[in-house]
Amino acid sequence: MADITEGGAPAARPPNAVVTFFKGLFLLRESPVGMIGAFLVLTFVGMALFAPFVAPYDPNLPQIPFSYPGAAAPDGGTFWFGTDQLGRDILSRIIWGAQRVLFYATAATLAAYVVGIMLGLMAGYYRGWTDEVISFIANVILSFPVMVLYVVIIAKFGASGANIILAVVFASSPGIMRIVRSLTLDIATREYVTAAQTRGESGWYIMLVEILPNARGPLIVDFCLRMGYTTITIGALGFLGLGLPPPDPDWGGMITETRAFITGGFPHMAIIPAVAVSLLVLGFNLLADGLREVALRD
Amino acid sequence: MSDQTPVLECRNLSISYFVRAGEIPAVVDFNLKLMPGESHGIVGESGCGKSTVALAIMNYMGKNGGIVGGEILFQGRDMRTMSEEELRQLRGSKIAMVYQEPMASLNPSMKLGDQLAEVPLFHENVSMAEAYERAESLLEKVRLPDPSRIMDSYPHQISGGQQQRVVIAMALLSNPALLLLDEPTTALDVTVEAGIVELIKEISAEFGTSMIYISHNLGLILETCDRLTVMYSGEAVEVGNIKDVFDEMQHPYTRGLFGSIPVPGADKNARPLVAIRGQLPLPHQRPVGCNFGPRCDFFDEKICNSGPIPMQPVPGKASQSVRCTRFDTIDWDSHKVDSISRDVVDTGDVVLRVEDLSKHYEVQSPGLLVAKGAKTVKANEQLTFRAREAETVAIVGESGCGKSTFAKVLMGLEESTSGTVHLGNKELGKVGVRDRDAKTVSNLQMVFQNPFDTLNPSQTVGSQIGRVIRKFGVETDKTKIRQRVLELLDIVKLPRDFANRKPRQLSGGQKQRIGIARAFAGDPKVVIADEPVSALDVSVQAAVTDLLMDIQRDNRTTLLFISHDLSVVRYLADRVVVMYLGQIMEKGTTEEIFAPPYHPYTEALLSAVPIADTSVKKRKIVLKGEVPSPLNPPKGCPFCTRCTYKIDGLCETTPPPARVMADRHVIACHLEEATLRDMKPVIVVEDEPPAPEVKDVTPERVG
Repeated sequence: MADITEGGAPAARPPNAVVTFFKGLFLLRESPVGMIGAFLVLTFVGMALFAPFVAPYDPNLPQIPFSYPGAAAPDGGTFWFGTDQLGRDILSRIIWGAQRVLFYATAATLAAYVVGIMLGLMAGYYRGWTDEVISFIANVILSFPVMVLYVVIIAKFGASGANIILAVVFASSPGIMRIVRSLTLDIATREYVTAAQTRGESGWYIMLVEILPNARGPLIVDFCLRMGYTTITIGALGFLGLGLPPPDPDWGGMITETRAFITGGFPHMAIIPAVAVSLLVLGFNLLADGLREVALRD
Repeated sequence: MSDQTPVLECRNLSISYFVRAGEIPAVVDFNLKLMPGESHGIVGESGCGKSTVALAIMNYMGKNGGIVGGEILFQGRDMRTMSEEELRQLRGSKIAMVYQEPMASLNPSMKLGDQLAEVPLFHENVSMAEAYERAESLLEKVRLPDPSRIMDSYPHQISGGQQQRVVIAMALLSNPALLLLDEPTTALDVTVEAGIVELIKEISAEFGTSMIYISHNLGLILETCDRLTVMYSGEAVEVGNIKDVFDEMQHPYTRGLFGSIPVPGADKNARPLVAIRGQLPLPHQRPVGCNFGPRCDFFDEKICNSGPIPMQPVPGKASQSVRCTRFDTIDWDSHKVDSISRDVVDTGDVVLRVEDLSKHYEVQSPGLLVAKGAKTVKANEQLTFRAREAETVAIVGESGCGKSTFAKVLMGLEESTSGTVHLGNKELGKVGVRDRDAKTVSNLQMVFQNPFDTLNPSQTVGSQIGRVIRKFGVETDKTKIRQRVLELLDIVKLPRDFANRKPRQLSGGQKQRIGIARAFAGDPKVVIADEPVSALDVSVQAAVTDLLMDIQRDNRTTLLFISHDLSVVRYLADRVVVMYLGQIMEKGTTEEIFAPPYHPYTEALLSAVPIADTSVKKRKIVLKGEVPSPLNPPKGCPFCTRCTYKIDGLCETTPPPARVMADRHVIACHLEEATLRDMKPVIVVEDEPPAPEVKDVTPERVG
């Protein structure tokens, strides 16, 4: 559709990455699903970026334990989401938790992408035995249950942010590698790749300049989806006690710590962080759907 | 004639697509009357709306398309008033369609017999046995060998030409009143195409089926149709009998179209092709009034752009009409086209020497765990030829003849198996592109086939050309590189601000020009052009071809022009190499190739090319069968399976000798020299009447 609106535009504009990005967002407005997803994700991103300003209380400050949502706080404010068993404000913990989960999810997914893209480009471009070795290792990793992999890695190296990233890279880069490989196999047959080969460009130049930028469409969609998976993973690891060390807020950890009280009359303590995880993951998935829809439409 | 009901009638038909940007009119005010037994051609370039017309007749427009005006009458009934169920009954039984890509029309997981039998089973409620019987008899009617075997095969087990015959058989099974053919031979090789065209002609004679034949190829329309509609940018611009339109065309666009295709009279030096300037307007950017106005030499400010232009009958011609307000006032005789004749270029020293070059691939036959012995595909076998400075050597052949493999070896993407390639005095046959020095790499560059594939979509045009300049070390300074990029854009006649554009903002022809600029950026000695214009629209082809030749002439570059299109080759090549299944069948100067003595394959190839000129008479030679698989080529002469001159017991077993007919004219054939010399010309241009553009435009250059 871009071709129809711009194909014959006589004025030449210098290409601008920022303009292109906002144009992409602008196109998203035609997909209601994508708009909802973008709204959810941007809400959490906003919360994470401005946590010191929007969080009403210190997330680790014990105040009145077992307060229900809407209860009055000692300083005259309100615990909108109540407090947990230690008296910490759940809203503030959700807001600060958003910062941590988004930081680690982004970092882990990006790292997995760097590894997956490199391996996928090599497998798809060089083919032959390079492909066979890389694909074989990827298949071996993919044949393990993901959760077992995570538990083994974290148990072996200890629970820390860096190890979460390591675990995510290990578990998701084979999947990314496969997508990149299949995109590369297709793009490598294009004539502009042959043109680069016939002027003697190096393999990495061709992979990074000629192939990768043209695979970006499907990869951006996949990135959004994978951000959702990683959010779930970080939540699940927190729930299993393998996540970020306490007392800093971690959504998964918040559910674990308070699940004993679900039947004891205080379900909100676990339900609210669970809803937060669901909403963020939903946001990423809807955004991915929306992007795909807009990308497919002509 | 008047008391007959037309099979199909379109009255003032308008069709639009509805997209995000709004309503896009695809076809405007389209009229067509198709009588029983008549075949009507619709010709036009991409985006002119010819396929949309076919889809509208099938009433199969998809979600975002719709008929916004006019009516379609099928045997007197308005199709728009029919229910969905009635339409479904009609499609496939009364109206059948054959598409371009046969593989896409056949279900790959069903046996052909089952697919064919479905048609009578669904539409006529016949018994299973009768359905299969009818299917098989039709396979025989479309001249397929061994119909019972084909009934039992899956689509991938038969060749492309055979698939298209099966699709045509399927379309004919219900004995339709109307057969729509949408570019039915575009995906096929020329010699296979010739067979299908012959079949289509026989069908219309035998079954009396009315046909609508959609094509971009005027030559094919001339061979198959009685009447013709020329479309341009969503409108029919000229309608009439084939003879009238071909010999006395009225619309400037039709003129331009005929002027831009190479016919046997065209010559690159004395009478170059005349390209239509500019490019097709986008559907939502059509001008007011005449759509062709901005590209027309006879554009008149007040008359041509004041409002919609109606179709007008041509006086004295019963059924010819034209959408031009000025057709009767245009004085074609005094119209001078700005085609400049050029001097013949002297060729220089030998630049490229190919000696006994062979390229074999080992193919493992599929076996579980243990490969059951490797087979050899001889993609190139003992190629020998030379190319001189400033010379254009055409390499001609159909798919699978090894011309692309040869290009790969030359470019260093593949290593030769044996033999040598010398550029100047450097041996390159076994030197990969990464092991060649920068000078050698920049001396050998390539122009690619597919305009939509040739440029990296995520980089600006300028940076892609600039990269070549930097890579080859022509310039190193940033501003100088930029300067050189702009100069190259001037050379390929594109505006300088294109340097900042992304490829998707360019049309196909413009992209191909950028591809040419990129190839010439390093000042190469030899440029290989792999079908550089075959994917472009006819009116753009001429301009790109001329550009390529002008740059070649100015730089005295050697051009290796790979093509399957003999008309283009005849037009621009100095020497021709004809290949078949990896071997050279014939080589010589263009005059020698296009006149007897021929190699039997060259003869068939010449006969197969459709020529859009009523004054040209061809000797029909339709080859049987198709190109054998390179995995299993014949032992002796590769062409022996299809050759009409085959000498039994000799050609199958012994490779043919190279017979030297003239100085550098070589034919690889078992036929005696005297027999070869005795051959009759395939293409004869009759003197009366001469081609109209010759008569009108450049009388002094003829004869």
